[in-house]
Amino acid sequence: MASITLEGLRKTYAGDVHAVKGIDLAIEDGEFVVLVGPSGCGKSTLLRMVAGLETITGGTLKIGDRVVNKLEPAERDIAMVFQNYALYPHMTVYNNLAYGLKNRGFKKPEIEERVRKAAKMLEIEEYLERKPRKLSGGQRQRVAMGRALVREPAAFLFDEPLSNLDAKLRVQMRVEIKQLQRRLKTTSLYVTHDQLEAMTLGDRLVVLSAGKIEQVGTPMEIYARPASMFVAGFIGSPAMNMVPLEYLQTRGTTDLLNDLPPGTDTVGIRPDDMRLSPPNTPHLIVESTLELFEAAGAESHLYVRLADSDQPTVIRVSGQPPVNEGETLRFFVTREALHPFNSATGLRTG
Amino acid sequence: MQTKRSTYQNRWLPFFLLAPQLAITLVFFIWPASQAVKSSFERTDAFGFKTTFVGLDNYARILADPSYLNALGRTAIFSISVTVLSMSLALLLAVCVNRVLKSAKFYTTLLVWPYAVAPVVAGVLWWFLFNPTIGLLPHLLDWFGISWNHRVSGTQAMILITIAAAWKQISYNFLFFLAGLQSVPQSLMEAAAIDGAGPFKRFWTIVLPLLSPTTFFLLIININYVMFDTFGVIDATTAGGPGQATMTLVYKVYTDGVAGLNIGSSSAQSVMLMGIVIILTFIQFRYVERRVNY
Repeated sequence: MASITLEGLRKTYAGDVHAVKGIDLAIEDGEFVVLVGPSGCGKSTLLRMVAGLETITGGTLKIGDRVVNKLEPAERDIAMVFQNYALYPHMTVYNNLAYGLKNRGFKKPEIEERVRKAAKMLEIEEYLERKPRKLSGGQRQRVAMGRALVREPAAFLFDEPLSNLDAKLRVQMRVEIKQLQRRLKTTSLYVTHDQLEAMTLGDRLVVLSAGKIEQVGTPMEIYARPASMFVAGFIGSPAMNMVPLEYLQTRGTTDLLNDLPPGTDTVGIRPDDMRLSPPNTPHLIVESTLELFEAAGAESHLYVRLADSDQPTVIRVSGQPPVNEGETLRFFVTREALHPFNSATGLRTG
Repeated sequence: MQTKRSTYQNRWLPFFLLAPQLAITLVFFIWPASQAVKSSFERTDAFGFKTTFVGLDNYARILADPSYLNALGRTAIFSISVTVLSMSLALLLAVCVNRVLKSAKFYTTLLVWPYAVAPVVAGVLWWFLFNPTIGLLPHLLDWFGISWNHRVSGTQAMILITIAAAWKQISYNFLFFLAGLQSVPQSLMEAAAIDGAGPFKRFWTIVLPLLSPTTFFLLIININYVMFDTFGVIDATTAGGPGQATMTLVYKVYTDGVAGLNIGSSSAQSVMLMGIVIILTFIQFRYVERRVNY
């Protein structure tokens, strides 16, 4: 077990393509950090640089106290779980797990013991003699995890390990990964483009965009105070609504807009912070037309268009309110629900 | 996989469209082959006036003939050496080309060229290179104290046809090995690298086992090639000589039948050759294929 420290880590490809533009990040020993961002934001490249599968153009990478920039993947004491699992198709599950130990010169009894232990932990004992092609997606996923586990490495690296599973299995494996990591307390770096996966798994999230860090923090910190419009739009589902400040200023009671930080020209409001009934605290009242009603079981999504504007907006309410498509809806927003942004810089103003 | 079923308005049209291919197969393959089987049970006198049915006599004779048994042994050595040589060199070249990124196409094109050369031309080419009088290679070998004359030395003649036959087949094997290598997922190599396997270990424990279906397929193709298609190479270089040193089964079929006019024996030999290849292929499918499935 070890910490992982990234100092100004950069990756440039031929033709002046900057995939990773100077990342500073300190991952503590035993921490579960999730790298999240849209495709092409450099998160996988960054993970592969930590693994040693991509060369490092600039900066320093430390695992524990060791600078590992130039070390081979095998010498970095890390284990990786791949998106397509990358199981060796010609080996049994047992040999898939044992391969890394054999290569490191472990003795047979020790290999046997470690493989059995990992298999027991992941409940794949009965498949040990099977070949990967005879396993289901979820079982393959477990074997891939087992292969990382048996090595007892300093850190686990996960490259979108759940994206090939169906929705139900994905939730189940997500919970298991989290429990496993809690139990083993192995430093983990996890890459995903799924914000829900990121929110639920990580001790801390790193939101990346275009090769740069947008924000680092605990999931709730990031959800409660997104540092930029990008983060605000990326974390949370449905995405945060962005409303021009000018528009709100033309809507009746606007006293509570006065104390917004200087520079604010756009206000973000989470779909759940738009209330259909007036709260006790001072609030804004906005009129809109209900265009589409979407019942999702425990909650409903109301797609509305703000009055005198063509701004599409989503409201999330629990249960199923008695509303009809086409009717005029009034919703209420308190000061605490407003996230102030500057649209030119894209950053939060305060 | 589902293939699309074509429907024809006229029920005779599909037969008409197939006819040329069927005719060619019938005239140039089925008919001569059945003639060979038929004449392997017959004996014709020297002037071709009288043909008598002799049953299995032709087969009994060739199996008792030491020169046939010698050819059998020689063919075994020849096919093993050509197969091993051409497959191992092809794999080596494929691994090299698979490593370069930019010029891979260029090398592939160059390496495939020999396949376009007709066997006889390939034979002539190597015959020139190894020609004891005017060839370049005997001249070079002389520096190392090796006196090269495949017209005299049977072993050297065998080496010559092995090189010529293998050289031609390397292209074919190379293409298949390259395709096989390219279909090994990159993530497996990366996983193995993280699992602590160096480049050589990765090759032996991951790449080679994953290539085994390709290797198996090529093994069968190569043995078939050596058994039948090396006639041109042998005819152009050593013509079975010196003595009988490079007389393989397929060349003996030709020598006894076309040159020696012993049609009965030659037919029996060609039927035997076909039988040997069928049995070998069967054995390979039966015992080797089981190991290459994963």
